[in-house]
Amino acid sequence: MARIIVVTSGKGGVGKTTTSAAIAMGLAKAGHKTAVIDFDVGLRNLDLILGCERRVVYDFINVINGEASLNQALIRDKNCNLLYILPASQTRDKDALTEEGVGRVLDELSKDFEYIVCDSPAGIEKGANLALYFADDAFVVTNPEVSSVRDSDRMLGILSSKSRRAERNEDPIKEYLLLTRYDADRVKSGEMLSLEDVQEILSLELLGIIPESKSVLSASNAGIPVILDEKSEAGQAYADVVARYLGEKRPHRFIDGKHGFLRRLFGGRK
Amino acid sequence: MLNTPPALEFKSSTFFAPILILYTHDMVAIEQTLQEKINLAPEFFRDSPLIIDLRELNKLNQDLDFVQITQLLRRIGFFPVGIRGGNEQQNKQARTLSIPIDTVREQGNSITIGEAQKQEAAPEVTAAAKESISPIAAPPQAPVAATLVTQPIRSGQRIYASGDLIILSQVSAGAEIMAEGNIHVYNTLRGRALAGVHGNTAARIFCFDLQAELISIAGDYKTSEDLNKQTYKNPVQIYLQNHALIIKEIA
Ligand SMILES: Nc1ncnc2c1ncn2[C@@H]1O[C@H](COP(=O)(O)OP(=O)(O)O)[C@@H](O)[C@H]1O
Ligand SMILES: [Mg+2]
Repeated sequence: MARIIVVTSGKGGVGKTTTSAAIAMGLAKAGHKTAVIDFDVGLRNLDLILGCERRVVYDFINVINGEASLNQALIRDKNCNLLYILPASQTRDKDALTEEGVGRVLDELSKDFEYIVCDSPAGIEKGANLALYFADDAFVVTNPEVSSVRDSDRMLGILSSKSRRAERNEDPIKEYLLLTRYDADRVKSGEMLSLEDVQEILSLELLGIIPESKSVLSASNAGIPVILDEKSEAGQAYADVVARYLGEKRPHRFIDGKHGFLRRLFGGRK
Repeated sequence: MLNTPPALEFKSSTFFAPILILYTHDMVAIEQTLQEKINLAPEFFRDSPLIIDLRELNKLNQDLDFVQITQLLRRIGFFPVGIRGGNEQQNKQARTLSIPIDTVREQGNSITIGEAQKQEAAPEVTAAAKESISPIAAPPQAPVAATLVTQPIRSGQRIYASGDLIILSQVSAGAEIMAEGNIHVYNTLRGRALAGVHGNTAARIFCFDLQAELISIAGDYKTSEDLNKQTYKNPVQIYLQNHALIIKEIA
């Protein structure tokens, strides 16, 4: 049985797709067969960030509608043969995503994969709700600003009440915080919320802080997930995130910017 | 083509209605017991929607005419809005009366009538909330149990308790907690808290860290703008005195 991870936020542009690509690659690099699914019907861009846009023939909706098999639609990543991408459709209507159909595809993938990463669209509408419905773990991607924190809080409410686990009275989805696009200088100057500010509102287990970094844009332009750029801080931060998720203890870094780490361990509920 | 505004929109929401669990098909006994309840809390029951739960009755193989019970309830001022646990015949009757058939499990508040063996004369008022059991606050006599919530209450979530509400985790901005009795929040309260929502002016709100968007007791309210700096972010109790909300630090 695969573990299903949803990367979600409520707000758009916070780094969900960047994160989905990075952690899916990280998990695959660590030896786990991983599939990453783009739930953002109409705004396909996971395949761009993973540099496989020219190999897209069939998509998620085709599989749901039975117009293609899963094997026909899955694209094997060029950098790691344990990573597969199921792209979103750019042309179809969002209504093509159905709970029954998504459940069927996830069930089939579960037989063959260890991790399934669901890249959620923004908002709290159908696509986002379906992306999280079947999840076991949630990576809540949040930027250090009030509106993003508020949207994440809203998303957490939905995670705890509208998921399959909630409906079946099973153990709740495990929720993790990923603070992204974190700019230590702007935090210091008070332009952005600090980690403490964010945690005061969300109080979640912190999986990592991803610094704002130019390397993210160049990585996505090159179609290579930033986690493969070992020199970049964002890449290193994502590598930490994957290691922590897999159970390794690593101190948090990049909180104070360029100079040194702060070894305070945040995150509440263990 | 121009986009015309839509004629309507669907949103999901929750609708609170007490559940009437019947343990007898004796119409006279039902009417008498209901009348006693109404006398206890006329405000609470006036025009109240009601879900009729027939599971227990059907377990006892006591047949009940659904049309008859509906008429009785309407006559004494209830609005039956749903049936659950009915048999085929009862569901069919419900359909002809345009009363929806509810298949959802435990949820909402229940009024228990004619509790089989235990107390026939003075049946208890009980409630089945999701996380715990909480009797309806039939003020002031009825014993009140509390609803306990241990999960954080996030923006967009709503909690309703028919008795007291005790919350151990934070209540986020954009969340709403409501109780017919008292509200205790042993954590930070950032959302909206409404105690005594059925008019109980003796209800109070207690919280460890007051940063609420709105607080209300029996309809009298203050918004965050009216909360004074002194009590902000402090442990407080809030109560009504001559229709004025008093916020007092707990030393
Ligand atoms: N850590 C980061 N540093 C700099 N830019 C980032 C970072 N994370 C994301 N971005 C940029 O932000 C934009 C939105 O990111 P994306 O992952 O598509 O967000 P979402 O999927 O949440 O809408 C993209 O242009 C991306 O390159
Ligand atoms: Mg995206």
